[in-house]
Amino acid sequence: MNIIEFISQPWHWSVSGVMIVLVMFLLTYFGQRFGISSSFKAMCAVIPANRKWDYFNYDWKSHSWLLAFASGAIIGGWIAVHVIGSPVPVEISETTIAQLQELGVHTPQTLSEGMGFVPAELFNFKSLLTLKGFILLIGGGFLVGFGTRWAGGCTSGHAISGLSNLQLPSLVAVVGFFIGGLFMTHLVFPFIFSSKLF
Amino acid sequence: MKHLKFILVGVLFGIVMTKSEAVSWFRIQEMFRFHSIHMYGIIGTAVILGVVMNLLLKKTKLKNWIGGDIKFAEKPETYKASLLGGTVFGLGWAMTGACPGPLYTLVGHGVGVIIPVIISALLGTYFYGRIKAYLPH
Repeated sequence: MNIIEFISQPWHWSVSGVMIVLVMFLLTYFGQRFGISSSFKAMCAVIPANRKWDYFNYDWKSHSWLLAFASGAIIGGWIAVHVIGSPVPVEISETTIAQLQELGVHTPQTLSEGMGFVPAELFNFKSLLTLKGFILLIGGGFLVGFGTRWAGGCTSGHAISGLSNLQLPSLVAVVGFFIGGLFMTHLVFPFIFSSKLF
Repeated sequence: MKHLKFILVGVLFGIVMTKSEAVSWFRIQEMFRFHSIHMYGIIGTAVILGVVMNLLLKKTKLKNWIGGDIKFAEKPETYKASLLGGTVFGLGWAMTGACPGPLYTLVGHGVGVIIPVIISALLGTYFYGRIKAYLPH
């Protein structure tokens, strides 16, 4: 087994946790803080007309490193799929697979069905023209952009960076992430996925 | 190019987001259904190691690469914003199966439809900026 084959295998979660801390350490060492949702604010502030609003009237160049970081993440995503792609799809728990099947979402079991990153039937341009696809993707995206900025951080800034520095506001934010996520998954999804309305 | 190092750390991040499977919509569903330790294990490992990292950084008073002080994550005590904004984000996280890091990473996977999702997230941030004064913080 060569090195490429070695790192192509699915990673144990503890390895992934260590690697995320490595990323956090490198950003810290390079004089920044790990927190990605600030890139949304920076991208809005790049447009001069938006800077007439207080929230965007700041030195967005202080966040320009994040735009470089985000571009890197795009390249990294490409490499991770094309160079060190896993030989098997993401191994999701049988119980989740069964529950998603009830909602009409198929979890890929072989690479020919997909890598197990996004459900093909939902993540395509045609699905944007359905009420379900539009609400989940466009509505969901909007809530991600709105909520992370209101909360002052996302999974990286609050759940990892903030909790690592024992920040109480971050713990409260993570509780919020789960209130929202559990509510959506258990109460709204059955409605959106099974109702004829959608 | 002064941002080259951030591009490179970003590349590492995109690889880690993919190989950790944190970009997977299915993994996020599994997490919100409590069917696997996977996502909890990733975040838990990262937080425990991160706490150790911060303690060591504070103890050794390590300087950053240009000799300046290390910036630690100090979050403002705006608890209402944390809770309410966090809840709104949680709804979106479950719907798209992606938090901001994975949104960028999925572009690299070639998931074209993620671009309108990112544009919508930017609109969400824009809308927040416009109505911030009327929201509890």
